[in-house]
Amino acid sequence: MLSAIVFLPLVAALLLAVPAIPDRVARWIWVAVAAVDLALVAVVWANFEEPPEGQLAFEERLAWIPGVGASYHIGVDGLSLPLVGMTAIVFLACAIYALRDDDRPRIQAALFLFLQSVSLGVFVAADLILFFVFFDLSIVGMYFVIAGWGHGATAGRSALKFFLYTFLGSLALLLGFIGLYVSADTPTFDMVELVEMMPLQGEPVIGGAVLAAILIGLAVKTPTVPFHTWLPPAHTDAPAIGSAVLAGVLLKMGTYGFVRIAMPMLPEAWQDWAWPIIIVGVVSVLYGALVALAQRDVKRMVAYTSVNHMGYVVLAVGVAGLVGSGTDDARRLAIVGAETQMVSHGLITAALFLLVGVLRDRAGTYELSAYGGLAGPAPRLTTLFAIGAFASLGLPAFSGFIAEFQIFAGAVGTAPITAVALLGILLTAAMFLRAVQRLFAGETRGGSIGFRDLSATELWSAGPLLALSLLIGVLPRVILDVIEPAAATLVDLVGR
Amino acid sequence: MGMDAWAMLPEIVLIAGALVVLLSGSFLPRSRQGVAYGIATATALLSAAVAPMTFGAAPEAVFAGNYLVDTTTQVARIAVTGATALVLLAGRGSIAGSPRESETTVLVLLGAAGTLVVAGAGDLLVLAVGFLLASVPLYGLIGLAGTARAAEASLKTYLLGALFGIVLLLGVTLLTGLSGTSVYSELPVALADAPGGAVTVGAAAVLSGLMFKAGAVPGHFWVPDSAQGANGLVATFLTTVPKLGAFLAAFRIVEALPDPAPAAVFVGVLALLTMTLGNLAAYTQDDPRRLLGWSTVGQAGFLLVPVAVATTSTLALPALLFYVLAYAVTNAAAFSVTLALPGFRSLADYRGLARRHPALAAALVVALLGLVGTPPTAIFVGKLTVAAAAWQGGAVWLAVAVMANSVISLYYYLRWIIPLYRPADPAHVEPTAPLRVGAARTAVVAAALSLLLGVAAGVVFSVL
Repeated sequence: MLSAIVFLPLVAALLLAVPAIPDRVARWIWVAVAAVDLALVAVVWANFEEPPEGQLAFEERLAWIPGVGASYHIGVDGLSLPLVGMTAIVFLACAIYALRDDDRPRIQAALFLFLQSVSLGVFVAADLILFFVFFDLSIVGMYFVIAGWGHGATAGRSALKFFLYTFLGSLALLLGFIGLYVSADTPTFDMVELVEMMPLQGEPVIGGAVLAAILIGLAVKTPTVPFHTWLPPAHTDAPAIGSAVLAGVLLKMGTYGFVRIAMPMLPEAWQDWAWPIIIVGVVSVLYGALVALAQRDVKRMVAYTSVNHMGYVVLAVGVAGLVGSGTDDARRLAIVGAETQMVSHGLITAALFLLVGVLRDRAGTYELSAYGGLAGPAPRLTTLFAIGAFASLGLPAFSGFIAEFQIFAGAVGTAPITAVALLGILLTAAMFLRAVQRLFAGETRGGSIGFRDLSATELWSAGPLLALSLLIGVLPRVILDVIEPAAATLVDLVGR
Repeated sequence: MGMDAWAMLPEIVLIAGALVVLLSGSFLPRSRQGVAYGIATATALLSAAVAPMTFGAAPEAVFAGNYLVDTTTQVARIAVTGATALVLLAGRGSIAGSPRESETTVLVLLGAAGTLVVAGAGDLLVLAVGFLLASVPLYGLIGLAGTARAAEASLKTYLLGALFGIVLLLGVTLLTGLSGTSVYSELPVALADAPGGAVTVGAAAVLSGLMFKAGAVPGHFWVPDSAQGANGLVATFLTTVPKLGAFLAAFRIVEALPDPAPAAVFVGVLALLTMTLGNLAAYTQDDPRRLLGWSTVGQAGFLLVPVAVATTSTLALPALLFYVLAYAVTNAAAFSVTLALPGFRSLADYRGLARRHPALAAALVVALLGLVGTPPTAIFVGKLTVAAAAWQGGAVWLAVAVMANSVISLYYYLRWIIPLYRPADPAHVEPTAPLRVGAARTAVVAAALSLLLGVAAGVVFSVL
């Protein structure tokens, strides 16, 4: 079942490589495949039960390279399933949004279907090499999205920077994986077995070095300060759907790596390094918010909020490593919050990037100062953007609030000093309010004059993402029931 | 002896084929040289076809222990004959109509046979013979292009080859003199009482000599010049095939030493220097073939890593054997693209290729990303296992070096990939030479093979 979910888009992508398929058909094939994939994920979600510790649900395992202990091993649990669902939703939204694109739509569809396959693959992989294969291919796919469909003269440069930077990260990650492999009693790349074995327990120096390699790899992808510098240019030049996927899905691969690989496999090293991780998280929160506040370009602004939002996740997973202090409950809360934040940020940021893409499509610029009074000509855009902004800044009734509330409840309960990161919420609030005010309020002028409001495809791509954020905000149990058991397991594992 | 000859069938096919091509080429008129070329290609394919037939048989030492028929040799046969076949399939267009067509193919076949002798040698003296058999054809091959650049490259290769040949012979003499035997399998015992310093010097000399064949530091200077200056077919052959034997021979030498530690460190340092130099030097190249030439130097560094941990890691041999196969097919794919587009001598010429020849551009992307080590291509599995072997063998620094160098190498491969997908520059004058279909098809096939080898790595690995 999971294999079908992962490889269905890839098969469709190969099909779309046939040049004879007309563009119109290609666009609809993309939407149809993404919808079917989402339906399959829904079936998995409906039949999902949290597996016992040391196992995965919907597990599949085949020998792949037995000589080096790598297998085709996939499965889901409460940490991966929400991200699988979020990924399928974001890609479907992108498919719908792209229905009116006319720049090589067939190849674009093939590329995004390929990206969907590898993104889903990352989240279901239960083998480090399999994880790495998908992780690395996501970089290759996104490179071609930015280089091929990016706008602006600097797209090639941004794509190159993105590739080099994230490739550096992925190789650091691979080095860490090899370290885990070599240190295990019976060398293997299998995640479940490695979690059980904890290869580097009792060896703080090597354990710390291996964790450092993995952390650098994941921190580049997340990205956290100081490894975030590839992100703003990549977003500035990427097409709208590329940005949505990059921020919505690809960034989660970094944070997912923390909870899936680093924490359960290297618990002792994680505890030792908890404080540096927390500090990086807090700095990311504050720095991301401050820099976002200073942007004059809406898209860069949204990009920097990703640094801020991912900072909350890093803060939460760091706090979970403070085993000595606080209660297990608080640390569990932090993990649940982190996981919820990953899903929430995926939905909200993808929606915001899609909406921001409309600005450039209509008036050719992302400059805040080029607009004003958009509420008049574009009420639908105004409504959705405002909803997205409020959801993103953590207003109650949206998913962001559920996530950030739990993160802070857990973090402050464990280490009160982390309350300083609350300032980040204030800053993002100020930033979003200012942006909404400058774009939509006041007299209609500049690029706003004659602005065409959202088309049906734009409305039906960004809209459902925000509706889901609202749903999670109002009925959080839908997602928390899935996450909480897995978070409890993780807290046990990292406390070993 | 009858059985012995049977055990060397792939080598015999190559040499016999070379003789047939030489004779037929001499009697055929200029306009019918294609027949000789066809025979040569068929020879390589036949040899590649019989090579796997002996696979899996118990390892044996034939001809009084002088030649080893084991998994290493079997893999060398498949890689060398397979790569030679790919080279010949891709290269026809680049020498068709030249007055030296059949001579070139004869030398290619003989060079391949020499490479197999280097890989399979179980005796230092046979190794020396193989070294010469693999080197002498190269000098001629490079010079056959007849241009000033080719002449320079040929002379450079010849002088370096002579120098490193002498160094190799010196090492062989030393080791043989110290031990009283030249058979690998007897060396560990025979050298056990010999002075350690002298043994290390001897081993280092033999290994240094092999570095010329491997295209690794300190014997790498000829590689970029030859890759750029020689005829396309020749450039593909000499950057792909001869070095395969050198790594396997070096592995056998390190294994045969009573105390491999000093030689292992020596090889490790050479590996580090080779990969770093190759990758840094490739940065500024604008001629795609010269860029690939430096890239093969970088790859040689990665291939030396398992040699450095030959005796300390159980993963070293399978890693090396897999990487040899992966390198052969991936490098052949990348070079075949340059053969398909003979007029393209600058990276700028490749601008907009994806729109005109999408399959060829895709093959190039697969080959170049493969050389970087992007999954799921074959070299990814090669690099992964090589780095794991290094770490397992206690050389963490080599594992780190492999990763760091992969990042460095990405940059210059991307410099080539980027223009492929950009719109063609109207101001740029396109080279007029037409696409060579045979080479383009070979490139696509080889690129597909490199992907397949990566995905099916488990199957291959289980027999290594």
